[in-house]
Order: sequence, then C-alpha cells, then structure tokens
Amino acid sequence: MSESATPNQTPGNNGGPQTPGLAADPYAGERLKESPFHPRQAALNLREAWSSWNGYRFAEHYYDPEYEYFCIRNACGTYDICPMQKYRISGKNAEAMLDRLVTRSVKKLGEHRVTYVVWCNDEGRVIDDGTIFRLGPETFLLTCGSPCLAWLKKACFGFEEVLVEDCSDSYAALSFQGPATCSVLQEMGLEGIETLKPFGIQMHAYEGGQLMVSRTGFTGDLGYELWIEPERALTLWDHLYSVGARYGIQPYGEEATNMARLEAGFIMPYMEFNEALKTVHFEYDHTPFELALGWLVDFDKPHFNGRRALLEEKQRGPRIVLTKLDIEGSKPAEGSWLYANRRCTKPIGYVTSAMWSPAAKANIALAMIEAPYRDGKIWAWIDYEKELRQLSKVARCTVSKKPFWTPDRARATPPPPL
Amino acid sequence: MKRWDAIVIGAGHNGLTNAAYLARAGLDVLVVEKNDYIGGAAVSREIEPGWKYSSCSYVCSMMRQSIHRDLDLSRHGLMLVPYLGTINYGHNGQVLLSYHDEDANYNALRQLSPHDADAMSRFETDLSRYSQLIRKTLLRTPPDPSTFRIRDFKEMLFLARQFWGLGERELYEYIRFFTMSAAEYLEDYFENDLIKASMATPGIIGTALGVESPGSAYILLHHVMGDVDGSIGAWGLARGGMGAISNAIASAFQAEGGTIRTEAPVEQILVRNGQAVGVVLEGGEEIEAGIVVSNLDARRTFTHIMDPADLPAEIVQRSKNFKIRGSSGKVNIALSGLPKFINVPDNRYVNRGGQAFIGDMATLERAYDCWKRGRWSDDPFIESVIPSAWDPTVAPPGCHWMSNFVQYCPPELEDGPWTPEKRDAFGKVVVDKLERHSPGFKDLIVHMEVRTPWEIEQEIGLTEGNIFQGELTIDQLLFNRPFPGYAQYRMPVKSLYMCGSSTHPGGGVSAACGANSAREILHDLKRPNTVPEDDCYDE
Repeated sequence: MSESATPNQTPGNNGGPQTPGLAADPYAGERLKESPFHPRQAALNLREAWSSWNGYRFAEHYYDPEYEYFCIRNACGTYDICPMQKYRISGKNAEAMLDRLVTRSVKKLGEHRVTYVVWCNDEGRVIDDGTIFRLGPETFLLTCGSPCLAWLKKACFGFEEVLVEDCSDSYAALSFQGPATCSVLQEMGLEGIETLKPFGIQMHAYEGGQLMVSRTGFTGDLGYELWIEPERALTLWDHLYSVGARYGIQPYGEEATNMARLEAGFIMPYMEFNEALKTVHFEYDHTPFELALGWLVDFDKPHFNGRRALLEEKQRGPRIVLTKLDIEGSKPAEGSWLYANRRCTKPIGYVTSAMWSPAAKANIALAMIEAPYRDGKIWAWIDYEKELRQLSKVARCTVSKKPFWTPDRARATPPPPL
Repeated sequence: MKRWDAIVIGAGHNGLTNAAYLARAGLDVLVVEKNDYIGGAAVSREIEPGWKYSSCSYVCSMMRQSIHRDLDLSRHGLMLVPYLGTINYGHNGQVLLSYHDEDANYNALRQLSPHDADAMSRFETDLSRYSQLIRKTLLRTPPDPSTFRIRDFKEMLFLARQFWGLGERELYEYIRFFTMSAAEYLEDYFENDLIKASMATPGIIGTALGVESPGSAYILLHHVMGDVDGSIGAWGLARGGMGAISNAIASAFQAEGGTIRTEAPVEQILVRNGQAVGVVLEGGEEIEAGIVVSNLDARRTFTHIMDPADLPAEIVQRSKNFKIRGSSGKVNIALSGLPKFINVPDNRYVNRGGQAFIGDMATLERAYDCWKRGRWSDDPFIESVIPSAWDPTVAPPGCHWMSNFVQYCPPELEDGPWTPEKRDAFGKVVVDKLERHSPGFKDLIVHMEVRTPWEIEQEIGLTEGNIFQGELTIDQLLFNRPFPGYAQYRMPVKSLYMCGSSTHPGGGVSAACGANSAREILHDLKRPNTVPEDDCYDE
C-alpha cells in the first residue's frame, strides 16, 4: 500500500489507539481503500462511477463504458488490478502443494511462465479461478478475484516448508490491454518486450526498482499486466500515460472489462459460477466440466483436490455445460431462459451473461444448458423494454464453438504493429 | 473463352457487396475495377508515407449491421469505432460543444439557449421517429407502385403499414418533412442561430442545395438515421480508414470464391439481342457473362459505357437529366501534431469526435450562393474529423491527419474547367479558415491533398464528384431512384442490373444498394436468396 492510502485502511483494531485520520473522519471505517493509482484515476473518473472490489474503491467506468471498451479493441487502456488478491507461495514443496491445490499440472509450468487454473473442493466444485506465475523454481505468485488465504493455508497440510504470504498490497498492478500496448511499452524503453510470448513473464529494471511484465489479461486481446512496487506506481502511471497519449490510452473500468471478457468467452465469478465455499444450496456451485473448463483438469497427475469426484463426472458427463451462443437479432438475452422449442414449453437452461458485441457484430451470450440439449434447437425468451412497455421475443440461438473475439495479434509474437 | 456467371463493374463497397452475395449463392463472379486499387470512394490511401487518408468518404453510420454480421466482416478485419461528440464553430470564437454525455450536452446547450436545450429533446425524438421508418426500408427493394405483382403489392402494404403506424398527425408532418428546407424545419424548434446552423449542416452535405432550399430537410434525416451498434444517429470511424470496409467486403467475396481484376476499365457493356452479355475493356478485351451489374452511377452507366442505340430513348434522356450535381470538395491534411482550436478545452476526448466549421445560417446560405455562380465558397462550411486522434493506425505516433469535407465546390467553374492553380486556391481558402480557428495550424501541415469534384470524378468515377451517385431529393428517392419504373435494380436491357448508390436507398456507405440488388438478381435467376433481412425491426 502506498503511504497516502494507509489511513484509509479498514482498521482491524479492537480498542487500540485510534489514528488521527479516524478522529477527523467518523466514517473512515466505512470508506473504501484506495489503490496506489487512485489519485490519477480519480482525476480521470469524470462520471464518478465507483463501485467496490475487495474493499477497494473501484471504477465501473471513467467516461463511458462503450468508449472504454473500444479503447481496448482499438487503441490501449489500463485497468486497475490492485484489488485482485495476490499470494506468494514459496518453499521446497511449493510446487507440490500447488499441484495438489489446482486441477492443472503445475509441474509442467516453466519458470517465468503463467498458467490459468481453477481449484476445487473435494466434491470437485470450483472454489475460484486465477493465475499462477512461476517466478522461480520454488517461488510462485497466485492471483485470484476473491480472498483465499484460509483455503491456501489448509492446502498446505501435509507439505512442509511452504510459505504462503498475502502480498495483495505489496504489488501495484495494472492490466494494460489493446492493440497498441506493445508499441507503448517499446517506446517506454522495455527492451525485448516484443519477444514476450503469451503467458510469459519478463523482469525489467525500472526507475531504480523492478517492473514485472506478464503477457496476460482478461480481454482476449493483445495485452500485458504490469506489476510494480506501490511506491513506484504513480511513476509508472505517468510514464505510461505520457507515452500512451500518442496511442489513445484510457483507463477503463469494470463494465468495459466485462464486455471484453465476454467476447473472449472468459468466465466471471457470480456471473457464470458461484464460488463453492460461498454456495449455500446443494450443487448450486459448478464443476470445471460444467464450466467447459475440462481442458484444465489433468488426470495424469497423481492427486489433486476434487480428483475422484471429477473423474466420476468425466465418465458420466456433466449434467449442464456452459455454452457460447450467437443469438439472432440484436436484443441482448440478459437473464433469459432457454428452451428446446419455439413455443418455450421445454426449459433447458439459462443465460449467464449476454451482450451485443460491437467487435464481432453479433448478439452473444454465455449460457448454462442441459448437456443433452446442446446439439438440438435452442430458443431464448428475451424480455426487453421499449419506452416503459415490457416486451418479449423468442430468438433462435446457435452454439458457437469458438470465442467471439480471437484476433491473431493476441497470439502473435512479436505482435503485429498496432 | 471463360464465361462468367456475373460481372460487376466497379469495386466500390456496393459492387463488392453485390458480388459477395452473388458468389455466396454459388455464382462465378468477376469484379472489374478501373483503378489499381479497390474500394471506390470507401478507400484508405497512403499518399504521404506514414499517413493513411480516407481520401473520399471519411465516416460511417449507415453500414447495415446485418450485412456486417452476415458477411462476418469483423473476421475479415473490419472494426467500426463510434466517435464522440462534435465541436461546432460559429463566428467570433463562438463554440458549441455537443458532448457524448447527455447531461453535459444539455448544459452546453443551455449556455447558448435554455429554450433550445429543452427543444433539443423534442427535435431528437421527432427525428428518430422519422428515421426509424426510413431505416426499415433500407434493406428492402422499393415496390413498383404501378404493378399488381404480389411482391410489389406486399411491399406497398408494408410501407403503408409503416407510415400508418406513425399516426395521422405525424403522417402529415412526414410528408411536410420531405419537401421542406432544413432551415424551415429547424425554425419549428430552435431560436439560437448557431444551434440551428449546427443542426442544419447535415441537410446540405453532398447536395447541391442550400439550407434554405426545399428538400434539404430530408437530407438532414438521411444523415442522422444511421447508427453504430444500435446507438441511432451515432457516427463511427472504420479502423484503418474507410478502405477497411471495402477490403473486408472484398475479402469476404474472395472467401466465397470470387475474383477481382483491378486496372480493368470497362469501355462498354456488350448488348446482343436486347440482352447484356458481357463487357469490353478499354484495349478491346471482351469478357462474357450471364449477367452484368453496374456499380457506376446512373448517368455514367447509360451515357458512358453503353451504346445509346441499345437503350430506350427515354432512359438516355433521363440519365442525361439525372440530378447528380457535384457540390463538395475534400481536403486531406497530414499534420505533425494535434492542432489546438480557439475556445476548445484541451481535454482528451474533445478531438475524438467531429468538428464543424460553420459560422451561422447566413454563412451557410452565402456559401451556397457561390456554388450557384460557379465559384467555390469564400467562407465554406467544413466538416472535419481527425481520425488519428482515435485510430492509432492511420498516422505515425504523435502525428495526425485531418479530413475536411468542404461545401461548396462546383464541378465546373464560371470561368471554365478546374486547373491545378484553381484547385490550390480552393485548398488555400479551406486552410485559411482552419487557421482562423487554430492559429499555427499551417505550421503543422506536412502534406495536403486537395480534391475538387473534378479530381473525385477523374479518380473514382463519380459523375460531377457527387458523393451520393445522384442527389437525395424526393424525385430521386425510393421507387423513383434512379428513375421511375427502374427502381428494382433491373435495367431496361435484359440481364443488366445496377447496384450502386444511384439505386435505393442512395448514398452513404451502407452496402444496402449492393445487397438489395443481389437479392433481385438471385430472384430472377431463381436461386435461393443469400441476402439477410435488416435487424432493425425490433427497435
């Protein structure tokens, strides 16, 4: 955390001495934390559109969600990922511990590489998804959307000499996404950035410290994530924005992120899945197979959390499966029920996220559909409003095997110019 | 010799769209293009190395979303990026900023006139009501009101239902709208002159009419009925310039197995026994085809590349009289930096929209007076956009280019034809006006391309440099476009069709003319239709 933001941290003290800040502001305890980038972001948040994430003040948008979305697809933009949870896991058995935690093989993860993972409870239900960075032979960084420290500590049972540290506040991080990103980083002097492959990590000496750059992101486009000490956060920001000004740089918020990730076909907690540890109702959470993430489950490795349940499910086949849909017309099928017949008498699933995709020019959705019906006809009942009238239509859906947005530049190394 | 199923003359965006749909239906299609590049007036050209000008059309709003989606143009490299508000320049440093945000926009209008700030919502509501109706006709073939064929009858019924759905009062308003001038129409709403003038400018763009001329109100509507991703009235840039649109359609066409031949100017359409059977290229090469589709304008098609003896005399007459007067020029300027304009705040969003150098209503009308006398306007209306402020691919980093659409500029001058000297003098008037609003502007100029109607006609083949391939007045719209009795893309010679903006629904980068024409052709060939319906019906 930067010093300026420290007084705003939620006090966990029980009757301890109060900080001067608290005395001055009786609501200090209810105010949200501010990220190290906040001073610059607040100045650009013309619409004062704030929400929250993990106790941080967090922008829904700064100017206009659609405009910011187009910055990601057309130019470049930054997204504050300081509120994301970050855990440093190190020690002789760190690899083995992580290998038991997640469904994917961590042993296969090379140094300075990143991998996308999910982890499950013993019933094979997804607790969360996230990424693992291998920073050294015995050092890893795990990032995820929700706090996970307690589960990680539990996951250490049986592994000696594994250290789990919550370093969420000791990194300031920005997701930097869009076709112009590589050009901007090159112009900032990050030598060799164009050689960084997708899911690769580079360390750059930067302003007397270190800047970690990973070619990762949540937009399905060319992009990077920049990790730096909080003290240097604003230096990085100012540098990025002075060079980026010539490339149309713009901060973007939650709404633009949500548009981009849906086009890329990425899942979002509390949209596509309910975190298993926070699910009250039996099987209202999801398995990796149900989330169409079977490719993340590696049965070749010896044991991992949820293995037995997942093996059973694999043999039996998932009951419901997350499916990408291309829906006729242009009305987003938000919250729609899906049916096997046009008369809408046989329900077979529901839409989890939906939008009109400006890049793909398609009416796209992610939907949970009962497995046997995925190959048949699918109809969506779409409710919409027109000048206060509640209207509805029934639209034909087509299953899309590929993500809606997969530009070549997202995978090319070196990335094509702009 | 190879005999093609179809030849499309002209690789503009409508010709390519037409060809793509014919190819999709299984036809063996050849597109012939006179230039060594494709795109017609939807083109990106690197004339100064490092800068990509959209040298003719420069912004996009009418592109039919359903065609974009259906031809999968995104996968073929097309991205349409909406741009933000507009800066309108009056006299004496007066500036009206129309912001992207509704509330900010309201506040800006209130500063000029609280009355007009309120009236704006009524104006926009009325316009969207009218434009909704027109939008529904864009991707449909106009009915022939004089026949009783079932298709035409159904289509007439469709139109009648749409009109009737407006309600009785609005029906009268609508008819009035078609015949009014933009100035008269705006008089019903606004009192502030700069606001009126800002709203009036779409009424004259591309047309040899003034803001006071009857008929300009409809043209205003034509310019606000487009949309970008469902946001009606919004305008967008094609990433990489307007050529990205043509290139994506060409790529979709080629993916369907189609062939494009550039540097293949057509000298004449071959007609035998009253039927089009192919084309002769300049140089004498003959290419045979089952059908011939002309993407050229109506005047050019019938008077340049056809033998009048092959045509009914009335068509020859009508095409000679077809209203296709050139009225605009284009000045493309490469800049070494972003120009700053007087009384425009230096914020990051302000340049990511359009700019309109207006003056006032009187300036607009005086500019038209010049045109009538065969002169370019001495204080012209300039509609500009700086695409590089929003699209990082069209100029070197930190550099920019500015597209300036200029009214008025006649196709021929009172003292004779255009010369390079006169062209440069016209360019100077434009730059001088920009310099008045942006001191130091001239110092930023790296390169300049001045295009009068003469250049536009020579390069692109638009008669008189008319950007719409024929003016958008009621006598040349819907079932009257291009001529009464020939509005269904079939021409007086058998197997000859038209697919350019001379046909319904007219000018603008909509791809609708090309698609509508393909639908009619496939109907005649008894092939299944490959052209999608518009997706605007459940708005």
